Amino acid sequence: MISYVIRRLLVAVPTIMLLVIAAFFMMHFAPGGPFTSERPLPPEVLANIEARYGLDQPLWKQLWDYFTNIFLHFDFGPSFRYKDRDVNDIIAQGFPISLTYGSLAFLAASIVGIALGIAAAIRHNTWLDYFAVSLGIAAQALPNFIMGPILILTFTLWLGLLPGGGWNGGQWEYLIMPVIALSTSYMGNIARITRSSMLEVMNSNFIRTARAKGLPERTIIWRHAMKPTLLPVVSYLGPVFVYVLTGSVFVDIYFSTGGLGQSYVSSALTRDYAVLLGITILYGALTVVVNLLTDLAYAWFDPKIRY
Amino acid sequence: MKHHAKLTLSTFLCSTLLAGTALAQDTHPATGEPLAEDQTFTYRVGDEHSSVDPQVVEDTIGAEIVRDLFEGLMNQDAQGKLIPGVATDYDVSDDTKTYTFHLRDNAKWSNGDPVTAGDFVFAWRRAASPELASPYQWYVKLMSLENASEIVAGEMPPEELGVTAIDDHTLEVRLSQPLSYFPQMTTHSTTFPAPQKVVEEFGEEWTKPENIVSNGAYVLTEHLPNERSVRERNEMYWDNDNTIIDKTVALVINDENVALTRFMAGELDRTEVPAGQFPRLKKEHPEEAISFPRLCNYYYTFNQSDTGPEAFKDVRVRQALSLAVDRKIITQNIKAGGEPEAYTFTPEAVAGFTPPQTEMSEMSQTERDAKAKELLAEAGYGPDNPLTFDMIYNTDESHEKIAVVLSQMWKQKLGVVPNLANMEWKVFLETRGNQDFDLARGAWCGDYNEASTFLDLLDSESGYNDGKYSNPRVDELLVEAKSASDTTPIYTEIEQILAEETPVIPIYHYAGVYMMDSDVGNWPVENVEQNWYSKDLYKIAE
Repeated sequence: MISYVIRRLLVAVPTIMLLVIAAFFMMHFAPGGPFTSERPLPPEVLANIEARYGLDQPLWKQLWDYFTNIFLHFDFGPSFRYKDRDVNDIIAQGFPISLTYGSLAFLAASIVGIALGIAAAIRHNTWLDYFAVSLGIAAQALPNFIMGPILILTFTLWLGLLPGGGWNGGQWEYLIMPVIALSTSYMGNIARITRSSMLEVMNSNFIRTARAKGLPERTIIWRHAMKPTLLPVVSYLGPVFVYVLTGSVFVDIYFSTGGLGQSYVSSALTRDYAVLLGITILYGALTVVVNLLTDLAYAWFDPKIRY
Repeated sequence: MKHHAKLTLSTFLCSTLLAGTALAQDTHPATGEPLAEDQTFTYRVGDEHSSVDPQVVEDTIGAEIVRDLFEGLMNQDAQGKLIPGVATDYDVSDDTKTYTFHLRDNAKWSNGDPVTAGDFVFAWRRAASPELASPYQWYVKLMSLENASEIVAGEMPPEELGVTAIDDHTLEVRLSQPLSYFPQMTTHSTTFPAPQKVVEEFGEEWTKPENIVSNGAYVLTEHLPNERSVRERNEMYWDNDNTIIDKTVALVINDENVALTRFMAGELDRTEVPAGQFPRLKKEHPEEAISFPRLCNYYYTFNQSDTGPEAFKDVRVRQALSLAVDRKIITQNIKAGGEPEAYTFTPEAVAGFTPPQTEMSEMSQTERDAKAKELLAEAGYGPDNPLTFDMIYNTDESHEKIAVVLSQMWKQKLGVVPNLANMEWKVFLETRGNQDFDLARGAWCGDYNEASTFLDLLDSESGYNDGKYSNPRVDELLVEAKSASDTTPIYTEIEQILAEETPVIPIYHYAGVYMMDSDVGNWPVENVEQNWYSKDLYKIAE
């Protein structure tokens, strides 16, 4: 298994480099550049700026310099837009924030979602099932860009309980709304997947056999039904994990959390090349690692899978 | 010639009443209003600022912060008039090409060092240098400093710039052409001093809160990107005794509706009013909803270059489209923030500008519509041969609403068929800049309070003239205005020509539409450039 992990990680490096190259060229071929503005700069001013950032070099040379700076100095380049900070600063500041609220949202979504799904499946066609299903649908139907303003309106303006935004070093009262807003729609999905998976498992032959043996229902559910139930849930959780960890642009916009999601989107809009590439690399690396972890988790959930 | 910039009444009262005493913070020294114990001003910004380096900053949000952190030669008062900053007064040579600024001897940096003429020389050379590559090098050129263009082009070293420290408190500025409004230009952040020692010690890191040294009324104490920045009283500031606000906090809130909710929850002292909500807010919060004119215009420009449509080369078509726009519907039903309807390119609020009396401004909308139909028919467009064109705007809710309303007006009144296309901002700029359009949205905010900041856009040679409008008479008048003693009739004449030739369709002029907590004192609503300084504000006890 260790050789499998090493092989996967080695493949990851060229994968991410390919991703960066694709992003690099897509970015450069998009109309407008980082210094296109409503007030076009005089040509000599533009020339000075481009010389300073090496944008006057041929594209292959820019790409080459970009990679050498990363491999030799771990320097991901400057931000063209936020001139007081470079990409390393931006990621170092934004990523821990996204990571904090993202993992909390992931935990909340998984725990509540799975619990709801299981409860609904076990008490199939009872009020608990209907309640869980409608809650799941409601949570899914309320995307976070609707949840955000509703939460702020309720908890900040009407109830006056929570601050309307900001991060403040991640104090709990600043965390509640971002975590709720980000987790609800995933929670709904997780509950739905868990429920249908559980229902299917509970109707399968080996569970019938277990019942026939006279095992108590509790043992059947926890010892025999749980792992196969969670298998499809885990394959859904993998990508969700990457998605919430890398932050959400909606959460950053509505709650002024200062996470990476907003920086990512704004870097694309302002053609802030190095910022966009830097965050792309981070997201790419995270995706690779989480996919690997998900694959390894399969082996634990399903003994038939071996690496 | 000797010019003494005059002190405003409030500064005068403050300095006489309070000379040498620490402010007791009970009542305002000039107005007598009771002052709040907590003198913190918190306002919303829509985006993270680009920089707080005075020579580098390029956005309004950043410039607002820089104006608090650094102080230039001159400041503006609540009406936008020039008042002393680091300079107490200045002399100007008879040919208005040499200015000598006299600096106060009590101005200090936040580390206690004196602010000297050398700090300005350092900063101005820095702003011009290709090495720093500031996007605001164009401003140094605009200031017409001797050798500025050559330095920016890399043909001369920055040391050749036309600025010299005669001694620590005397700064001599030499210009390449006479410029009567040069002192006004020293209120702009690019001209603020920079602390040489600190800049050289920390390099690009010098603007971090832990490193920065500044000479304004405030110092940067905290910066959490995309969340907030905090500036606090600079005890070393020469006029610290008369500064009332202790702390100013800028909160980054991207969404203006969320910002409004947080204002209502009492978290903010100031926020922008989203389009269309002003009438309701004014009714519910008459004290707090405010609207005042700004130096910005909103227009659509015809592409008159070779790549533009043939139809727009016919002045009757351009006039017809402009006449058929019912501006009242846009200002009252869409924007609804007290924006003035626009019939001229230059906003009426601009100092020294008198709009011309045009035929259009005196007609009723019904008359305009009738005239528009007539003109379009004359130009050969009608039901059998409908006029069609593409109109582009950048993706934004409010621009979209206006574009839809415009296209409906033209369709219903004139039978014209406009095709709407929205584009992402940078794509839009590129498309418009390459004359790859028929009709395009535009907006412009003045760099200074003078009509040329707008009208220069319609100079045939201007890099901003995306419609490629060209009229030799307009170009001639613009040159004339640079050295004229009374520019008002010149600008009126230009607008008269624009009204006849209609190279653009002015739609409305901007208003500053804010929710402002009623306990904020002295917000400069009459400063049309909205150059505000935290040091002039105060919070009234509730």
